Amino acid sequence: MNRWLSRDRLNRAVLALAAPLLAIVVSLVLTTLVLLLGGYSPSKTISVMVEAADRPRTQTQILNTATLYYLSAVAVAIGFRMNLFNIGVDGQYRLAALFAAAVGGAVSLPAPLHVFVTLLTAVLVGAMWAGIAAVLKVTRGVSEVISTIMLNFIATGLIAWLLNVDRLAVPVAGSNNIGTKPIPPSGQVPGISLISGSSVKVYGLIVLAIAVGIGYHIFLGRTRLGFDLRATGLSEHAAVASGVNVKRMVLLAMLLSGAVAGLVGMPELLGASFSYALNFPAGLGFTGIAIALIGRNRAVGMAVAALFWGFLDSAGNALDINRIPKEIVIILQGTIVLAVVIAYELVRRYRIAAEQRRVSRELATVPAAEEVPV
Amino acid sequence: MTTPDPSASASAAASPSAVELHGITKRFPGVVANRDIDIVVKHGQVHAIVGENGAGKSTLMKILYGMQRPDEGRIVVNGREAVFHTPADAIATGIGMVHQHFMLADNLTVLENVVLGSEPKGRLGRIDFDAARGRIKELSSTYGLDVDPDALLEELGVGDRQRVEIVKVLYRGARILILDEPTAVLVPHEVDELFDNLRDLKAEGLTVLFISHKLDEVLAVADEITVIRRGNTVATVHPGEVTARDLAELMVGSELPTPETRESTVTDEVVLDVQGLTLRTPDGRALLEDISFTIHSGEVLGIAGVEGNGQAELVESIMGMRHPAAGTIRLGDVDITGWSTRDRREAGIGYIPEDRQRHGLLLEAPLWENRMLGYQTVPPNERGGWIDRRGARTDTERIVGTYDVRTPGIDVAASSLSGGNQQKLVVGREMSGLSKVLIAAHPTRGVDVGAQAAIWDHLRAARAAGLAVLLISADLDELIGLSDTLQVILRGRLVASADPSTVTPEELGSAMTGAGDQP
Repeated sequence: MNRWLSRDRLNRAVLALAAPLLAIVVSLVLTTLVLLLGGYSPSKTISVMVEAADRPRTQTQILNTATLYYLSAVAVAIGFRMNLFNIGVDGQYRLAALFAAAVGGAVSLPAPLHVFVTLLTAVLVGAMWAGIAAVLKVTRGVSEVISTIMLNFIATGLIAWLLNVDRLAVPVAGSNNIGTKPIPPSGQVPGISLISGSSVKVYGLIVLAIAVGIGYHIFLGRTRLGFDLRATGLSEHAAVASGVNVKRMVLLAMLLSGAVAGLVGMPELLGASFSYALNFPAGLGFTGIAIALIGRNRAVGMAVAALFWGFLDSAGNALDINRIPKEIVIILQGTIVLAVVIAYELVRRYRIAAEQRRVSRELATVPAAEEVPV
Repeated sequence: MTTPDPSASASAAASPSAVELHGITKRFPGVVANRDIDIVVKHGQVHAIVGENGAGKSTLMKILYGMQRPDEGRIVVNGREAVFHTPADAIATGIGMVHQHFMLADNLTVLENVVLGSEPKGRLGRIDFDAARGRIKELSSTYGLDVDPDALLEELGVGDRQRVEIVKVLYRGARILILDEPTAVLVPHEVDELFDNLRDLKAEGLTVLFISHKLDEVLAVADEITVIRRGNTVATVHPGEVTARDLAELMVGSELPTPETRESTVTDEVVLDVQGLTLRTPDGRALLEDISFTIHSGEVLGIAGVEGNGQAELVESIMGMRHPAAGTIRLGDVDITGWSTRDRREAGIGYIPEDRQRHGLLLEAPLWENRMLGYQTVPPNERGGWIDRRGARTDTERIVGTYDVRTPGIDVAASSLSGGNQQKLVVGREMSGLSKVLIAAHPTRGVDVGAQAAIWDHLRAARAAGLAVLLISADLDELIGLSDTLQVILRGRLVASADPSTVTPEELGSAMTGAGDQP
C-alpha cells in the first residue's frame, strides 16, 4: 500500500532526474572545453559565479528574474502540453504590459482594485493576442508556430507606434526615454524583504507566480478540462474518439497560454518600473521556451529551471569584472537546452522500453496455470 | 488443415526459386504474428498472399523487406541465404516494396520522386537528371508502365501514382516486387490496368508478391496463391484449382472456438435507428450511401464486409467524428444527428475503436488515466468538473480484475501491456458505462484465443442485459456466432442481409467480395 515508497516510484524518480542532470553535465563539459580553448580557467569561472551567488543582492536578482521566467515558462508549457508551440509569448507579454501600464497609470482606484484592474488588463490583452493565432489555426489551419512568430513582430511594431507622446507615452523626467504615465502607489505591489542584507526587494508578485504554478499543476492534473488538454497532447486521435472537441481545446489552450503570458511583465511593472518605457525587459518569452523544455513542462521542474537560469544570468554578470567574457553563460545556456532535449528523448524511450520489459517480466512469474494458450 | 504443397518441392529441384521463406516465426508481446511460415515463390510469377486482416501478411512482408527481423527462420533469395537488417539490405538483393500508402512528394516531378534518395551523380556532384530521365523512359516502355518523367506528381491520379511507385522500385534495381494491398486504393478500371502491368512485369522475368484479401482479384492475376490464417501458412494453391469460396473457407477456417449465441434476447425496443445515412468526401465521392438499419435492445447487428468498404466511416459517423451529408441517427427517440461526440458518449454510446492504439488509448498515460478516456465527464471519473482520482483508480482495479487484464498494476503505461491486454482494458472501459449502445469495431482483433473467448462472454452478457451492439468484424465466425442480424457492406452500401442461424462463412465471404450469389 505504500506506493510512495515502492521501488517502482523510486526508479521513476531517478529516471526523471537523470535527464536534466545528464544534460547539465554534458553542457558543463562542453563549456569547459570552450573556456579552455579561450584560455580561461574553468575552475575560476565557476568559483566566481558561485561567489557571486552568495551575495544577498544577487540572490534577490535571481529570485526576481526567475519569477519572470517562470511565468513565461508556464505560458509556453500550457501550449506544449497540447502540442501547441506558442512562440508568441514574447509579443503577448510586451503588448499586455504596455496596455496594463497605460490602464494602471490612467485610473485611480483603491489599492487592491487598482492592482486587480491592471492585472486583468494584462491577462485580457495577452489572451487576445494569442487568440488571434488560435482563431487563425482553428478556422484556417494556419500553423501557430508561424502566426505567433509573425505576431511577435507585429506586437513590436504596434508597441513602437503606441509608445509615443502623441498616444500612450509621456517623456520620462530627467532622460530622453519615454514611457507610459507611472502607475500611482495605489496600483503598485510593494516588494518583500525576503533576503536580508539586500537593498533590492523581491517582487511582491512572486506570490502570483507561485499561485500560477500551483494553479497550472491542479488544472492539468485534477480538472476535466486539464485532462482533455493533456489527452489531446498525447494523442489527438484518441482524444477525438473520446469526445474532445479539438478545435475548442486549441482555442482554450492558446487563450490560457496568452493569459498567463500577459502576466509575465507584471512583477516588473507593478514592483519596480511602474511604467512601460523603451527599456522594459524584452525577450522573456523566448527564455520561457527554454525553461519549459528544461522543466519538462512540470510546475516544480520549471521552477527549478527558472531559478537555475536566473542564477546563470545574475552570476554571469560577475564574470566580466573578472575578465572572463560573460557570453560564456549564453553558451552554457544554449548547450543545456540542446542537451536537455536530447537527453529527455533518450530517457523517455528508455523508460518506455524498460517498463515494457518490467511488465512482461512480472507477468512471466504468474503461475503457469493462468497462462492462456496463444 | 494444411494441404501438402506439391509445387514447392517440384520447383526447389529445378532452378532456384526467387524467394523462399522457411520456418519464419515472429512474436510480439502476447501475440505470435507469424508461426513457422513456409512459402516458395518461383521466378517470373505473380504469387499472391491472402489472409484476413490481422492474419500476419503485413508482418511477413515487413520481414521480407528487412523492416523487421524474424525470431526464427530463414530467408533465401535466388538460392542464397539472406539476412536483412534494414530495407536497404533487401533493396540491395533486388527486393522492392510498393507500400499501400504511397510515399511520394506532391510538389516534385515524377523524375525527382523516382531519383529521390538514389540520385545519379553527374559531373561536379550535380544530379544527372538526363541519365535518370532516360532510364525512367526505358523502364516505362519495357514494362508498359506509361509514366511521364516530367509530369508534376500532384497532377497525377491514384493509378498513375502507383505506377510511379513501381518505377521507383524498378529504378533501384528490384527484380522481386512486393505489392502491399495495391488495389485497395484503386477503382475497378485502374485495377485492370494494374493487372496488365503485372503481367508485363512477369513477362519480363520479374517476380511479384501480391498481398490482398480480395479473392476475385487474386484469382484473376496470381499464378500461385498462399493462404495465411492466424499467422500460419494454411495452403498454397493454384487459381485454376480453386474457387473464391474455397479460398474464403481456407482464409476463415473453422477450428476457432465458436462464439455462438443462439437464444435470442432481442426486444422490440428500438435503441439505435439510422436512416438514409450518406457520407461524401470533400470532392463529392460517396463513402457511405443511403445506409439504413435499426438495432433493438438486446440485439447484436453484425456488419460483414471486406475492409475499406465503409465500415470505418460508418462507425465514425455514428460516433459523431464525421459529418454525414444526409440521413438521421436516432438514439431511442432522440435525434442525435447533430450532436457532438461527447454528447453522444454521455447519452450512452460506447465505442471500441478499430485501432485501439491510435483511437482507444493514451499509450504513454497510466492505465487509470486510460480508464477515464472517453468517460472523463461522467462518474466514477469526474465530480463537478474535477477529476475523481480515487473513483477512477478504484474502477480501473475493478476492470483489471473483471476483464483479466494482465498487468502488475494500474500505474503502468498502457504501452507496456500486450495488445490483447490493451484490448481487454478498452472493452472493459466501454462496457462499464451505462451504455445503451456499443459500437464494437473488431473487438477481438489481435488478441489471443483465451482473451477472445472472454470478450465474447462479456459481449453476450451485456447483450442479455439489454445492450444494443453494432458489431464490425473481419472474423466471419465471430460475426455469425454473435450476431442476431447480419448486413453485408460493399462499397459504402448495405447490399445484402443474412440470417446468422443459417448462413455459412463461405456464403458470407462470397457476398462480401461481391463474388457469389447473395446468401
